[in-house]
Amino acid sequence: MTHAPAHAHATSTGLDNKKLAFWTFIGSECLLFGSLISTYLIYKGRSVRGPTPQEILNIPLTSVSTFDLLMSSLAMVLALAAVTRGDRLWARVWLGTTALLGALFLGFQAYEFTAFVHEGLTITTNLFGSTFFTLTGFHGGHVFVGVVWLLTLLVRSFQGKLGPDKTINVEIAGLYWHFVDVVWIVIFTVVYLIQ
Amino acid sequence: MATAVAHEAPATRSVLWSWITTTDHKRIGILYGVTAFAFFLLGGLEALVIRLQLARSENDLVSADMFNQLFTMHGTTMVFLAIMPLSAAFFNYIVPLQIGARDVAFPRLNAFSYWVFLFGGLILNSSFIAGPLFGAGSLSVAPNAGWFGYANLTSRAYSPGANIDFWVLGLQILGVASLAAGFNFIVTIVNLRAPGMRLMRLPVFTWMTLVTQFIVVTAFPVITIALVFLMFDRFFGTNFYSVSAGGDLLLWQHLFWLFGHPEVYILILPAMGIVSEVLPTFSRKPLFGYAVVVYSGLLIGVMGWGVWSHHMFSVGLGPIPDSVFAATTMLIAIPTGVKIFNWLATMWGGQLRFTTAMLFAVGFIAMFIIGGLSGVMHAAPPADLQQTDTYFVVGHIHYVLFGGAIQGIFAGIYYWWPKVTGRLMNERLGRVHFTLSFIGMNLAFFPMHFIGLLGMPRRVYTYGPELGLDTLNLVSTVGALLIGVSVLVFLVNAWRTRRHGDIAGNDPWGAATLEWTIPSPPPAYNFTVIPEVVSRLPRWSRTQMKAIPDVPPEPVHVPGGSYWPIVAAAGLAGMAVGALFHTLWVVLAAAAVLVVAIYAWAFEPFEV
Amino acid sequence: MSEPPAASGHGHPGTGTYLAVAAVLTIITVVEVGVFYVPAFKAVLVPTLLVLSTTKFALVVMFYMHLKSDHKLFTLVFSLPLMLALGVGIALLLLYGAFVRG
Repeated sequence: MTHAPAHAHATSTGLDNKKLAFWTFIGSECLLFGSLISTYLIYKGRSVRGPTPQEILNIPLTSVSTFDLLMSSLAMVLALAAVTRGDRLWARVWLGTTALLGALFLGFQAYEFTAFVHEGLTITTNLFGSTFFTLTGFHGGHVFVGVVWLLTLLVRSFQGKLGPDKTINVEIAGLYWHFVDVVWIVIFTVVYLIQ
Repeated sequence: MATAVAHEAPATRSVLWSWITTTDHKRIGILYGVTAFAFFLLGGLEALVIRLQLARSENDLVSADMFNQLFTMHGTTMVFLAIMPLSAAFFNYIVPLQIGARDVAFPRLNAFSYWVFLFGGLILNSSFIAGPLFGAGSLSVAPNAGWFGYANLTSRAYSPGANIDFWVLGLQILGVASLAAGFNFIVTIVNLRAPGMRLMRLPVFTWMTLVTQFIVVTAFPVITIALVFLMFDRFFGTNFYSVSAGGDLLLWQHLFWLFGHPEVYILILPAMGIVSEVLPTFSRKPLFGYAVVVYSGLLIGVMGWGVWSHHMFSVGLGPIPDSVFAATTMLIAIPTGVKIFNWLATMWGGQLRFTTAMLFAVGFIAMFIIGGLSGVMHAAPPADLQQTDTYFVVGHIHYVLFGGAIQGIFAGIYYWWPKVTGRLMNERLGRVHFTLSFIGMNLAFFPMHFIGLLGMPRRVYTYGPELGLDTLNLVSTVGALLIGVSVLVFLVNAWRTRRHGDIAGNDPWGAATLEWTIPSPPPAYNFTVIPEVVSRLPRWSRTQMKAIPDVPPEPVHVPGGSYWPIVAAAGLAGMAVGALFHTLWVVLAAAAVLVVAIYAWAFEPFEV
Repeated sequence: MSEPPAASGHGHPGTGTYLAVAAVLTIITVVEVGVFYVPAFKAVLVPTLLVLSTTKFALVVMFYMHLKSDHKLFTLVFSLPLMLALGVGIALLLLYGAFVRG
């Protein structure tokens, strides 16, 4: 899958340096999100005042946004496949789609956050507010960075600078994107579905 | 000799510019070393003031508030700004040489790590003179809630000033530096080894570096989150450590020590790696049980995650958690003990040469055993209930951190100084340094075990005469002053060696590993050709590897520098400064600088 | 021992596989939401959801992130910190009184 540029140095394992570094980074992020999720779980049910998750979480809406993020991962792998085979048109289509679906997810989150604030849940209201907004906010921040990254790749593609020799860059962006999706899978289950 | 270097390095405008834009691991290593040593001196000064204040009961050299700042900054400085970056100096300089590489995997990221460390350390220490900028009644608003910053002393309610803001933001910045370096060195060690340099042929120092980096990249995210919670509580009014909202103060302790205990292995494993290099060289004997030493290091790295609540034996976790953590803590003594036996076995029957490096390495073993013994005493919760928060713990930590880590680092300094500078340090002065330091540390820290058990708590700015501890405290202070003198001797030695040190040559010690095959100091490209390794001890084994030519057979590409790492670091630091002053536009402007720097970095043509 | 960074493609999944995975992910999500709403499942809600979400997690990691067909080193580098995070999380929950009756 990863075709190294012609001048790349040999590596001891035969694996690309950037890819190895990025998987290490993803491992590190497991501890970051693990700490956030653990705190959420530790504090679940300990809020001294409302609103509570049961009262305020919108499952139908979040199910749609979850589906949206999952489909964005599909778009991402299709984008990578297109870049690998040098298909400029479909690379741009799928990169754009991924970014769009990511932005849509952020839109859903923005709507959700605004609605919660109107219903009386802010980051300072209670333990649930603090842990919920911090956890999902960190995740949303990661999605935002991902969208910017994807748009950058899209621009590079339009500049004709995203040929098959740049597959590794798209692959790594993909790893980041899928990881962000996978963290959401955990959050959706642990925060929204298991109340 | 450098005539064969490829002409791709841009013309350097000045010496200063070449250092600011350097991406050469050797220069970055020197930068880390010099900067970290300066912070070590600063932390040492803080210690001396602490000891002068405690030299007698009811002393009034410094106020209680200043004292709190002193012990907080002493701890924070020594852990994050001295020991860690001193170790990093060696990771940077030595690891690529030991694995037969020309540089690390990501040279610009390496430079970035250094600049972020420098800026983070400067921001943290600027708190000593930043008081007027924050409307404080004093010049200094240095952090003052201990290096471990327990909630809710650190809350806005109980620490309304800027002190803890400096602490939180400073540590977050430093965390970024460590994480970046962690990813860099993992990839370097895994992927940039010379042909034939199998993992089980790696020098132990490189192995310990690898384990340390894995601990860094897994432990630092946890303290990042702990600090985020604290920052959000202080800046935005969240409830993470708010008891009235149902929050738990122990959450901070759990998150902090989940990081904090692995952190002490980050502090000691590199020094253990250094000792594992120095002992064989000056015993003229390969390390006894190389594989076992490596596996012990791995075990320590993994088991270090299972002991954190031994820092919390007095908070009332309950009998089951206490027992579990007591057991895991006692177990972790085993791999360390194994290493000690292997080191002793290495020396046994060897041709011992007590150079200064060797003295410090042997001193490490002796002092670390003492520190380890007091540590095992802490492992029993009932005993720890008496020892915790007393000077007994201060004794323990300084035996392992000064007697251990610092002595190990000095062993490394004396050992690799000739490789870095091309000149040998003076052995006579080195012996004076070691002797004064050894006597000083034992005078300073041994009485603390008694002082603690006789009832003197930690982190108190004074104590009553009725405790009868004046004499012991005075002895401890004298010891601390002796340590200070010993460091002065070292500085004199380091200064003298510039002109008067003997020329070192490639291999002044007759050592076994790859870094001793090349000139001292090494040329920019390190190796004329990448060596082909055929054994674990390339310079000692019967199977000799192919000789490395003196001159590169063809021009070697050496990357030019880049200024984006320092610009990006400045952007990150700017965000912290903006946050300190609660000024959003500064944060956003600095973030913009960071983003621009990242893009420019990503798209600049830079060939490794 | 040194090789140029290789094409890791030991049979990369084709578009068909990706679409199949996407379909499975969708179905599982529907089931998850269904289990949430259907009262009959209340008793087994937590284990069921955990199993389902773990499956989604594994599918994305193995196929979309390509871990299944990539070099085992990547799996190692990812799973060790993951296990660590899980272990630490469970330990914290235990320390805070989770999984305890009454």
